[in-house]
Amino acid sequence: MMWIFLAVLAGLAIWLITAYNGLVELKGQVQNAWKQIDVQLKRRYDLIPNLVNAVKGAMNFERETLEAVIRARNQAIQVQAAAGPEGGVQAVAAAEAQLGAALSRLNVVVEQYPDLKATGNIGQMQEELTSTENRVAFARQFYNDTATNYNIRQRQFPWSLLAGMAGTSPAELWEISDEREREVPVVDLSMTTHP
Amino acid sequence: MNSANLFEQQKVNRRRSIALIVIFLLFCAWIGFGADLAFYLETSRAGTGHYRHTIPWFGIAFLILGTWLVLEGWRNGPLQVLRSCAAREILSAQTPGEQMLVNTVEEMAIASGIPRPRIWMIPDSDPNALATGIDGRAHLAATEGLLAILGRDELQAVVAHEMSHIRNCDVRLMTLLASLVGVLALVSDWTRRILLDSGRYRTGGFGTPSRDRDRNPVALLVLILWLASVVIAPVVSRLLALGVSRSREFLADATAAQFTRNPLALASALEKIESAVTPTRSVTRGSAHLCIADPQGLKLTGSEGIFADLFATHPPMRLRIARLKAMGYRLEKTGKLVTDI
Repeated sequence: MMWIFLAVLAGLAIWLITAYNGLVELKGQVQNAWKQIDVQLKRRYDLIPNLVNAVKGAMNFERETLEAVIRARNQAIQVQAAAGPEGGVQAVAAAEAQLGAALSRLNVVVEQYPDLKATGNIGQMQEELTSTENRVAFARQFYNDTATNYNIRQRQFPWSLLAGMAGTSPAELWEISDEREREVPVVDLSMTTHP
Repeated sequence: MNSANLFEQQKVNRRRSIALIVIFLLFCAWIGFGADLAFYLETSRAGTGHYRHTIPWFGIAFLILGTWLVLEGWRNGPLQVLRSCAAREILSAQTPGEQMLVNTVEEMAIASGIPRPRIWMIPDSDPNALATGIDGRAHLAATEGLLAILGRDELQAVVAHEMSHIRNCDVRLMTLLASLVGVLALVSDWTRRILLDSGRYRTGGFGTPSRDRDRNPVALLVLILWLASVVIAPVVSRLLALGVSRSREFLADATAAQFTRNPLALASALEKIESAVTPTRSVTRGSAHLCIADPQGLKLTGSEGIFADLFATHPPMRLRIARLKAMGYRLEKTGKLVTDI
């Protein structure tokens, strides 16, 4: 009888340890996924001055559009620095949406300058910008998937008992508020035709 | 696909890799010790003064050779595959097409949450792509033709398909298969040639009718079994390689759709790849199962039926495209990606 009791106790202890470790690991994965978004957003911020410089000379009189992009970028950097999975995700999402809108306005303007589009530099820039937008989107997608997994796990029954002990709290998802933002922005600064 | 499924798939792949190595070593042992046995039985009745085969030299030699080949395949398998396709690594992108490839690989590395593989270019005008790698040293290669005919979204989808193979740990098993199956074909070919040559030139060799009556029947049986296994080994190993790779393609397609959330891009990429009828000459038959589409072209993947089922490295393209389109339709209607269609 004693042995059975001990065996059950040992089994319970082993389960506790693995479940606890599983939760902590998931939490780490969420943090990691968030870091990945950080990296990609930083890449985007670094790219914008280059883009602005590349088009500045040719469109001196569109100063307003360029300034809007720069402003949105600086705003986004500030908001992003203070955010993490525990809070501030919504603010970052909003700031990023604004930056995206400013960028797409710039694209519309650039479209009106055929000379500008013809230079090779802009073609390269277009690819870089498209890729950067995609990277941000995929990092966001990966973060949301990981965070959803984590949130579900800590609410499920046996794990929910451990959630407090492991110091877990629900991670905030990166939700897209603006309906237009749901679509991946089409960045087209060059003359290449899409199939 | 949820993470439980993924772990299951990775576990299955790990188990199969080990099974493959064990079977390969057993086969090497059989080739060696079988020859020893036949030789021993043949010479056991020889009179004094004649040679008697008592120490299994062949078996020892083949086992050592087999072990060395496995180690070599493990260490250099991925590079062997890439070298056989004459691939060159893209260290820094030179052309816009290369830049796009590098960028899409970076994007998919983010979407799949695995480190970026090394990127290679295969100088071939037929569109195709392959992934290879063992334990964290992953490689992704695309042909020049692929970059030429695909748009950005389609290229991204193809890269996603290859990244799925890497994440699901398919590449290790498939690379080992490529490396060991190639060796097996070579060994078999080589043994057969030696036997044929010796049969042709030496009148006193095996199979001369004059000596049949004082022959040990057991020795003959062993010899026949041995010969049969050597001859059919390459065929069996090829079938093994094909069977292993086909089931993985559907899963990789589904995982790719999961990464890009755009199943229709992969469907249209596959359509384009399929309509390019020329074979991918740079990719040897031994690495065919590593590619996104059978390098042989339309011949087998276009058809269904028992023959195609047995010998094609890939499931019929039509089926793959239909499944992806169904996923795309569901995604559009419900906004949810359902991959098990």
